[in-house]
Amino acid sequence: MSFDALLPLLVVFSSLVPGVFIFFIPELRTAERTSINIAAACLKLLLVASIVRGVYDGRRYETRFPFVAGADLLLRADPFSLLFVSLSAVLWLATTVYAVGYLEGSPHRSRFFGFFSLCVASTMGIALAGNLLTFLFFYEMLTISTYPLVVHRGTPEALRAGDVYLRYTIAGGAVLLAGVALLYALAGSVDFTERGALDGVAPQHRPALVVAFVLLVGGLAVKAAIFPLHRWLPEAMIAPAPVSALLHAVAVVKAGAFGITRVVYDVFGVRLAHELGVMRPLALFAAFTILYGSLQALAQKDLKRRLAYSTVSQISYIVLGVAIFGTLSTIGGIVHIVHQGLMKVTLFFCAGNLAEELGIHRVDELRGVGRRMPLTMGAFTIGALGMAGVPPIAGWVTKWYLCIGALAANEPWVVVLLVTSALLNALYFFPLVYDAWFAEPETAWAKPLGRAEVRPFLLVPTVTTAALSLGAGVLCGLDLSPLGWAKLIATREFAL
Amino acid sequence: MSDTPWLAWTVVAPLAGGVLSLLVTTRAIFVAAIASLATIASSAQVVWQVWTRGVVRHAVGGWSAPLGITLRADGLGALLLATFGVVGLLVSLHAAVLLGARKRAERFLALWLFAWAALDALALSADVFNLYVTLELTTLTAVGLIALERAPAALTAGLRYLLLALIGSLFYLTGVALLYGATSTLDLELLRARLSREPAAWAALALMTSGLSLKAGLFPLHAWIPPAYANAPATVSAILSALIGKAPWIVLVRVWLEATPPALHGRSAPLFGVLGAGAIVWGSLLAIRARRLKRVLAYSSLAHVGYLFLLFTLDGPLALRGAVYMAVSHAAASAAMFTAAGIVERSVGHDDMQALKGLAHRRPVTFFALGLAGTSLMGLPPSGGFVAKWLLARAALEQGQWWWAVVVVGGGLLGAAYVLPIWRGSFLPLPHGLELHDVPRATETVSLTLAVIAVALGVAPTAPLALLAVGRLP
Repeated sequence: MSFDALLPLLVVFSSLVPGVFIFFIPELRTAERTSINIAAACLKLLLVASIVRGVYDGRRYETRFPFVAGADLLLRADPFSLLFVSLSAVLWLATTVYAVGYLEGSPHRSRFFGFFSLCVASTMGIALAGNLLTFLFFYEMLTISTYPLVVHRGTPEALRAGDVYLRYTIAGGAVLLAGVALLYALAGSVDFTERGALDGVAPQHRPALVVAFVLLVGGLAVKAAIFPLHRWLPEAMIAPAPVSALLHAVAVVKAGAFGITRVVYDVFGVRLAHELGVMRPLALFAAFTILYGSLQALAQKDLKRRLAYSTVSQISYIVLGVAIFGTLSTIGGIVHIVHQGLMKVTLFFCAGNLAEELGIHRVDELRGVGRRMPLTMGAFTIGALGMAGVPPIAGWVTKWYLCIGALAANEPWVVVLLVTSALLNALYFFPLVYDAWFAEPETAWAKPLGRAEVRPFLLVPTVTTAALSLGAGVLCGLDLSPLGWAKLIATREFAL
Repeated sequence: MSDTPWLAWTVVAPLAGGVLSLLVTTRAIFVAAIASLATIASSAQVVWQVWTRGVVRHAVGGWSAPLGITLRADGLGALLLATFGVVGLLVSLHAAVLLGARKRAERFLALWLFAWAALDALALSADVFNLYVTLELTTLTAVGLIALERAPAALTAGLRYLLLALIGSLFYLTGVALLYGATSTLDLELLRARLSREPAAWAALALMTSGLSLKAGLFPLHAWIPPAYANAPATVSAILSALIGKAPWIVLVRVWLEATPPALHGRSAPLFGVLGAGAIVWGSLLAIRARRLKRVLAYSSLAHVGYLFLLFTLDGPLALRGAVYMAVSHAAASAAMFTAAGIVERSVGHDDMQALKGLAHRRPVTFFALGLAGTSLMGLPPSGGFVAKWLLARAALEQGQWWWAVVVVGGGLLGAAYVLPIWRGSFLPLPHGLELHDVPRATETVSLTLAVIAVALGVAPTAPLALLAVGRLP
């Protein structure tokens, strides 16, 4: 097996192996644990960078094992998997640094970082999966390795959140398993293929294909938090801030949205999916979730819960872009996987900083905080404006492509929807930003401003991801920007 | 050394070891260890021979069938030998360390060696009467093992176990007699050739099948099993649930798939699916309601018997692979769970679900064993349980009988419902003022090793499945 064929496996192993190691590191040897963590994250970035470069030059990377009954486990780097891999690899580094700072001195850190690494390893597997069985394999691994993170604090609330999380995700996983098994029975073992892999299925099996699609997307919709399967996400907010970042931006909900995109484009193929008549209902579910999530966010007084409902709404942008036929909306949907990740991870880092430094948890406690924590609130402002779609931040690029995509597909209602959603976003984010910068604080802060506004381990990742959100928008013309990469993917999906 | 009868040694070595360890006054554990190693080595040889050369036969004492006893290792037999050897060796290591009191450990090891000999002989038997004898021996050793616990509850459970298992055997033996009357042979392959659609054959098959279903504890004939698993020492429950509990099913596989032509099965096939589904649902529901860890695991074992019986409904290479893989991976997972339960019981003094509190923080190795093995019980990847369920679901869908796939997938959900409380309980803080009793480190390592095997079966299923395909059952 050549080195090229091992690279996808190495990307998974570069967090799996350190994860297993970290479990055995004694609790108090922080420096050792942190070095392994950061070194692994950097190694992974290097591996990913070399793969991105190779794929850009047209090379192929594929690791394949025979698994069971004619089905293979296949890890493969294609442009779409690399989009998700790069996002997760970058955000893993940022989140690891953040988590090291956030959990300083708290108990059971070896267990935490061990499972944290296993989560990322699973995510890499999901991203690089070359067929549905491999995808399912890592998708369920992600469910299991996230649970200990959600219940990490061991409080009754955390355990209740963990119950809700597992009930939803395991049920979703079972539905997904049924869908995958059905598809294998109909079409045999099919690898993900651009423009779809189901040409060989006889026309009389069309109804069964619809059932398979509903099972697959229905199962994935749980992690993608599409209404009415979203309730676990706000509940899971009880977990420590880095875990929220992981759930919302790096791994879990992304895995759901990524999976739906894979199923539509690389299993069914966009044309077949539209012919089967399953895309319209998907678009309607996504549209409703966008509005519902925004309205719920407006009603939340707890900052993290407001952010959670904002995620519910934003993930459905991806699904909506996928469900509308056309290159432009596809670009919008796919690129939002990266854009939402960058912006949302920033917002969660900010929420974590506020909670850690000043004990702020509620949206009405933000008055005047901009002067106490200017960099954090600067980052928060970038994230919030981006979510609402203000140029030149990344979120704007998404909205633009979704709008022109909808018009090109002759679906003007989507534009109305997107404008409404942008307004709602503004309604639930802008008052916070205004309060933070222009209102007077009501009482003195719990901690006066020291040498830095918050520990550097927390501040640096926050500022970095905010800068990346801005950069992804400003530099969207470059080939290697998220937008450039999404264009490459979408063109291939729609090529004749 | 290619003509060494390794087949025979897999039976003789543990048998001799068992007898010797009872006879010697000192160093019984040493004798047992030597016998175990010899058995493992012979089993490895048999597996290697089957892997490289195909089906292996050995006529005991040079007398071939129909007069003598023929031992035969096909793919299924070799896979079973490997399972009995690896799981059994690890569990007996656990026992030797955890049971502590030397007398008790020695008695356990002697009984286990007898059970091991019987199990190996059962895996290698090629006629219905030898299957009966070996099955009977596993039952008797099982009762002896249950009675290692002196508590009245365990003795009652052991007696009930003995009684019902004997009733099952009577049914089976009557069936064997009928078969012999009708065909004048007991050999599996000859039976298949000679049996035709006649009342005697039907009656024999019905009797044997009901007897074996009772012995396997198939729903609704299961009520006698959980008290035995829940009251025996945890290490014994591990042996019972993981290995001995599978024996009647293995015999049924031989009888149903090998000794009887499909024409004889008539329209009885869906019945097994219905009862199997009943076992999965009812066993899981009981496991969800149970308040003691060992009870949860006992009911979970009943549910897993249900998956095994789906084989007779789905019939076919995919289903065979799925069901056998379920048996093998459940052996590893359930042994891991029961041995871990033994550690919990020893640490706290009881096995209420409350006893799990603090496990994740204070006994991380045991916690990981329970977590990983639980993954296999739920059938989530990466685990042998997932591979098995995948194969069973594929088998169902390929025959257009999607409802059995729903049973298999739904069974995973029910599994999650009883595994989740185990995980959750482990994350609760240790009650204030409670201190855990010390437990030998080695026992924790053994449980974790078993759990890792259950997971590894889900990562690299190719080799075991290829071994199973050797001399594939007709």
